[in-house]
Amino acid sequence: MLPASSKMPHKQPPPPRKQSISMGRGARKRDEDSGTEVGEGTDEWVQSKATVKPPDQLDLTDAELKEEFTRILTANNPHAPQNIVRYSFKEGTYKLIGFVDQLAVHFTQVGNLIPKDSDEGRRQHYRDELAASSQESAKVVISETEILEEEEEPKEVEAGSQTDVPIVEASEKMAEEELMTPKQPKERKLTNKFNFSERASQTFNNPLRDRECQMEPPPRTNFSATANQWEIYDAYMEELEKQEKTKEKEKTKTPVAKKMGKMAMRKMTSMESQSDDITKVTQAAKIVERMVNQNTYDDVAQDFKYYEDAADEYRDQEGTLLPLWKFQNDKAKRLAVTALCWNPKYNDLFAVGHGSYDFMKQSRGMLLLYSMKNPSFPEYIFSSESGIMCLDMHVDHPYLVVVGHYDGNVAIYNLKKPHSQPSFRSSAKSGKHTDPVWQVRWQKDDMDHNLNFFSVSSDGRIVSWTLVKSELVHTDVIKLKVEGSTTEGLEGLQIHTVGCGTAFDFHREIDYLFLVGTEEGKIYKCSKSYSSQFLDTYDAHNMAVDAVSWNPYHTKVFMSCSSDWTVKIWDHTIKTPMFIYDLNSAVGDVAWAPYSSTVFAAVTTNGKTHVFDLSINKYEAICNQPVVAKKKNKLTHVQFNPIHPIIIVGDDRGHVTCLKLSPNLRKMPKEKKGQEVQKGPAVEIAKLDKLLNLLPRTMTRYNGCGRASLRRQPQTAAKTLPRRAASVRSGIRTPEG
Amino acid sequence: MKTLVNFFPDLFQAEVEETLKRIQSHKGVIGTMVVNAEGIPIRTTLDNSTTVQYAGLLHQLTMKAKSTVRDIDPQNDLTFLRIRSKKHEIMVAPDKEYLLIVIQNPCE
Repeated sequence: MLPASSKMPHKQPPPPRKQSISMGRGARKRDEDSGTEVGEGTDEWVQSKATVKPPDQLDLTDAELKEEFTRILTANNPHAPQNIVRYSFKEGTYKLIGFVDQLAVHFTQVGNLIPKDSDEGRRQHYRDELAASSQESAKVVISETEILEEEEEPKEVEAGSQTDVPIVEASEKMAEEELMTPKQPKERKLTNKFNFSERASQTFNNPLRDRECQMEPPPRTNFSATANQWEIYDAYMEELEKQEKTKEKEKTKTPVAKKMGKMAMRKMTSMESQSDDITKVTQAAKIVERMVNQNTYDDVAQDFKYYEDAADEYRDQEGTLLPLWKFQNDKAKRLAVTALCWNPKYNDLFAVGHGSYDFMKQSRGMLLLYSMKNPSFPEYIFSSESGIMCLDMHVDHPYLVVVGHYDGNVAIYNLKKPHSQPSFRSSAKSGKHTDPVWQVRWQKDDMDHNLNFFSVSSDGRIVSWTLVKSELVHTDVIKLKVEGSTTEGLEGLQIHTVGCGTAFDFHREIDYLFLVGTEEGKIYKCSKSYSSQFLDTYDAHNMAVDAVSWNPYHTKVFMSCSSDWTVKIWDHTIKTPMFIYDLNSAVGDVAWAPYSSTVFAAVTTNGKTHVFDLSINKYEAICNQPVVAKKKNKLTHVQFNPIHPIIIVGDDRGHVTCLKLSPNLRKMPKEKKGQEVQKGPAVEIAKLDKLLNLLPRTMTRYNGCGRASLRRQPQTAAKTLPRRAASVRSGIRTPEG
Repeated sequence: MKTLVNFFPDLFQAEVEETLKRIQSHKGVIGTMVVNAEGIPIRTTLDNSTTVQYAGLLHQLTMKAKSTVRDIDPQNDLTFLRIRSKKHEIMVAPDKEYLLIVIQNPCE
């Protein structure tokens, strides 16, 4: 029933009116679909063919219903507006937009494909390549092909998507851009598949050469230094010295000098290179020698410095002499000490002159300079052909030593140039003495700043020597004449017998005043300005005057000693001596102490040293001590050290003994309570003055045996010795008396 | 400090030798040696091993002492160094380039 009728509606043109499809038909379709299962019960459904009209359906006639409408499908978006109008601010009106966007997006999806050209794409590509290259080559190939395929696929995708594009007009949207990938540059060359052929050619490779150059490495040394404060200081000092040297060189502009300089330099350098290195140790060796000696003589050095005899307190007023060092030298063994002198500048340095007093046994002489710091060996040694009789050191130039020889010559030694030869020497031509020179003494430089010294000799001349341009020029100052000794010679000539000078001393303050002791026993007071006359004469001794010495403080007092066993103290205004001391043996030398105006020392040929202090004891020595071991040893000279409380004593065996004065010998005036101790020359002068004023006009005579006897002695007339020309000129100086 | 030695070295050679001889023959002196600036002994009167030992040790000590003195006052300089021990005394006198070492037994 149903199937036939149901099929019928299919053939019928479907009614254009959508709403005409009734519920029935729909139901019928359902029924048709469900098949025959509906059965008879569905009659009700089938019978209800009557169309159900919705109430608001449009009523159309059949003719209108059969009308055909054509519809054209275009690409235009049916929903897109066709008449968009926009306001144009430029023209101020609404304008019709002609072109309306017709794109209708039905579906969008954001994809995750990235273009190959972009950074991220390249990175991924690179990573893939790395991962691929770590695997086997075959896999690499495969991966490459995969890549290729992948590339092709997106290409296809591109191709596919590209077809869509032309449908849609111009503007591309973001989503499609992502899908679309522009063509990536390929790794492999794009080869033309039709007629491509590769052509390779091999070029000639230039042979590669290695060019090497080897040099000697620059010389290297390791340099290390410390930069201390003193190193910096040293560097500065060197610079200073260099500067000074250049200044000096500039000053000496004479070419000769330069030549000499160069020669000297060359010599010096060659000598330095040749000479043994050991010479540079001189200084150090000297120091070490002194150190070694100090060790050996340590106790002596300590005594010298610190020992003060405590027993002096109990010894009343007497003092002692403590023996310290003994200086001797093998070379001067046979020679007597003929002169002693302390260096004015260096208090530990003293000079010893060696010679012989014996007329018959005259040999060579030696000049030795010792330092107390090195008692075993002299600092300087000079030898001469003739015995040295006297010496003196210059006060201002402590390196200049003038000596007088037995043969009458004088010489100057320069300690800065320690060759054995003296720097300047007198000769027969230049006016040397004809007899031994007994004393020399430096004087102040003359007007032209030339060095100047005096010498006295047995030939009766007192000569002033001046060092003019490295030559000794002599001037006779005085000729000693024995008074009243003129004899009538042939043709009425006045022949004067010449006295023999044996000692002299210059006044410390009055420059022109000096004393000369003679062999006859007389002392003449002379002036440098008067060459023919003496200012005064003193009949001092019975035998030759061995030494005269002015008092260092008192300007009027002087002292003399002689081989007639006496030491006499004078006031130069008075003709008779103030004090006379008899020492029981020929007195070799006498010296004032530098620290007191009343202390002096005398040495005698019996080996004893006597020290007197007039302020303590006017009549006796406060010290009377044998100094040398053997009795036959005669003491010849004595000298006080200017600073230290020591004396040096020379004997005729060539030994020099150094002795320390005990405190009693060095007594200073006592301080009164409440008064300051006055020091200085004025005090000393006053002290001596006091003594002198106490003196009666008579003399006091001291007997060396210890008994003081006060005797009035008549004024002794001038004891004139027989004028024997021969003896006068003999020049014998025998200490035995 | 330039002394006469620098100008007349030949003349001084004998003198230096003599001085060293005198030191060596002095009472109580056990030995002497001359060491150069690097601590190498040049001259000695003792046996080799002792010399080398003394030289090395004393060289360092002297440098240190010198440095100490000069650090305190750059114008000052070391004159000599004495080391007194129970048995003997070592004396070192430094020079610009050399070092003179003497060992002495002071008290006998």
